[in-house]
Amino acid sequence: MRDVAILSYAQTPYVRTERRRNEVEMLMPVIDEVVAGSGIPRREIGFTCSGSTDYLAGQSFSFVMAVDAVGAWPPITESHVEMDGAWALYEAWIKIQCGEVDSALIFSFGRSSMGETAETMTLQTDPYTMAPLGPDAISMAALQARVGLDRGLWSERDMAEVAARSRRHAKTNPDAQLKGDFDVDQLLAQPYLVDPLRKHDCPPVTDGAAAIVIAADGLARRSVAKPVWIRSIEHRLDSHQLGGRDLAVSPSTELAGKRAGVAQGRIDFAELHAPFTHQEIILRRALGLADDLVVNRSGGALAANPIMSAGLARIGEASRQIVAGQGSRAVAHATSGPCLQQNLVCVLEG
Amino acid sequence: MAEHAAVIGIGQTKYDAKRIDVSQVGLIREAARRALDDAGLDWKDIDAVVIGKAPDMFEGVMMPELFLAEALGGVGKPMLRVHTAGSVGGSTAIVAASLVQSGVHERVLTVAYEKQSESNAMWALSIKLPFSVAMVAGAGGFFAPLIRGYMRRSGAPEDTGIRVALKDRLNALKNPYAHLKLPDVTFEMIANSPMLWDPIRYLETCPSSDGACAMVISNAKHARASGKQPAWIHATQMKTEPTSFAGRDQVMPKAGLECSRELYKKAGISDPRREIDCAEIYVPFSWFEPMWMENLHFAPINEGWKMTYEGATALDGDLPVNMSGGVLSSNAIGASGMIRFAEAAMQVRKQAGEHQVDRARKAMGHAYGGGSQYFSMWIVGDQPL
Repeated sequence: MRDVAILSYAQTPYVRTERRRNEVEMLMPVIDEVVAGSGIPRREIGFTCSGSTDYLAGQSFSFVMAVDAVGAWPPITESHVEMDGAWALYEAWIKIQCGEVDSALIFSFGRSSMGETAETMTLQTDPYTMAPLGPDAISMAALQARVGLDRGLWSERDMAEVAARSRRHAKTNPDAQLKGDFDVDQLLAQPYLVDPLRKHDCPPVTDGAAAIVIAADGLARRSVAKPVWIRSIEHRLDSHQLGGRDLAVSPSTELAGKRAGVAQGRIDFAELHAPFTHQEIILRRALGLADDLVVNRSGGALAANPIMSAGLARIGEASRQIVAGQGSRAVAHATSGPCLQQNLVCVLEG
Repeated sequence: MAEHAAVIGIGQTKYDAKRIDVSQVGLIREAARRALDDAGLDWKDIDAVVIGKAPDMFEGVMMPELFLAEALGGVGKPMLRVHTAGSVGGSTAIVAASLVQSGVHERVLTVAYEKQSESNAMWALSIKLPFSVAMVAGAGGFFAPLIRGYMRRSGAPEDTGIRVALKDRLNALKNPYAHLKLPDVTFEMIANSPMLWDPIRYLETCPSSDGACAMVISNAKHARASGKQPAWIHATQMKTEPTSFAGRDQVMPKAGLECSRELYKKAGISDPRREIDCAEIYVPFSWFEPMWMENLHFAPINEGWKMTYEGATALDGDLPVNMSGGVLSSNAIGASGMIRFAEAAMQVRKQAGEHQVDRARKAMGHAYGGGSQYFSMWIVGDQPL
């Protein structure tokens, strides 16, 4: 395996509604920044891969316009996954492992404000057996939270503490959307949004984009002062049928974490893609993380949840924190699908 | 390249206008099961799954790979979903190959599909968006002016497209999986079919199909042990350019010219017309055969039509093109690119039955998408490179 490192990360400030810019206009400054930060001239980046979904834009082939943001002229070697950008990063990492290219630009984007996100996610479920029942994203997460509560695996207070900590952490992240000091007792005094979830248990609706440049071996060392090495990257998937799996655990995260060797060294901090409070608890346990480990110093998806970028952003945030000297070995995680169906785990080292 | 990769199993569904006998799950499973059977493998032997399809709005399911993964034995495995417009079937095969070439996996299942009968593809492509020009033209309306441009530049005889369509429709009669089969097709029948988007006639156009195509791609160790002729992957390439800007040549896109040039270089090919034995390329409208013959450096610029006219691209010509009947005979959009790649592999594996090119030892698969701006291609051979 070739050693591959993250050279730079950039993102938009996360906002509830991006009113003035379309996707291409959101991406252009992000791509300029990430390419400049990589130290590699744009024309010399060997591969480009993006992640997005047509169902946020409400348009077929919505990723085609994004090509305008990367300057694909002369033509570029490029690919796209209909997945979170974290999986675009995986495809690019594979391309580098093939020895075909030495560097890659990865980006992802989405404007959730264009529709009713929670209801749009209903269309992500099995169209024959599940979608006709109309479960929205929050209701499905509520079923999952209920399983753990009934089994005594977590309490509503545990969940509120995740929310309060995430938004307290977000105070130091200038790009975060929801931040501030919240009292857990006051949070618990709020009414349910979808029982047993209160508003603070759920992610905000966010518009945003993110981008990363990676490179191999010597090129990475020559290009930036502090490359952040991707020591491992693994992803796995669980069944789509909510009634066909134990929602209180995440076997795919556990398996991906084992394959990625999370436990084979000290972990200094983690960035976990947990859009709902109880999901952070599930993920910590699946990855075997210590109770006192710093998780989501960025605020995580509870502080800003740019769909299709929120996973890539965890990897980018973790790399940023390593560069800033806030630890030398970190776990970053991305998820996709209802109730943590698909999960990617990546170990980063400074 | 760290590892050699080869196609060791291929499966296709019967392509049809409406496969109402199966769900999306049943459709992909039919192709995948056939590919596994061809490879002599079972679900448990597969390390990772790569799914490709064109826009999700064609079936009205957001990221359908999430609900399809289980039917492909994907639980507990890595699963990727590729989408690069019309070229996606090819790109999906290329991503699956790269999982093996990187040394990360040994046996990968890849499936591409479309079930177009669940919606209306033409209108799914023509949604009116705020602050943008509404095309409301479907793909035919988009590509007809490019064909006009080619006719004007090349001076090609007006009936070139009819000749392409006749050849592909006759080839389709030899392919048991083909959707559109016209046993009594003639030059006159095509020439007299209604003009849809001038200069594209009804019978010079692809149908709208349901269908799936699957392949098992493995490393050299498993390919040699498989007991059947593998299709060794010599080279793959993808290339993209923007949809539109002043000065862009949409008739002869630079991305296609460069993609094929780089592909041949990787595959050690210096004279593609002589060294490649047959090619299965993405021709959704008849005239794209001569256009792509030039774009792929098989013919000099403005002379691609001569290959069609002289019969070079016929099944018994010196470079048979679209032996399966091509996209003109089966077009499940998301699968169409992979069907091209799979046909190239079938040819070098000598699996193509009545549409087999006997001398096929090196074959090309090609796909394109968007506004002639996304390209994916591969070269496969009966021996490793």
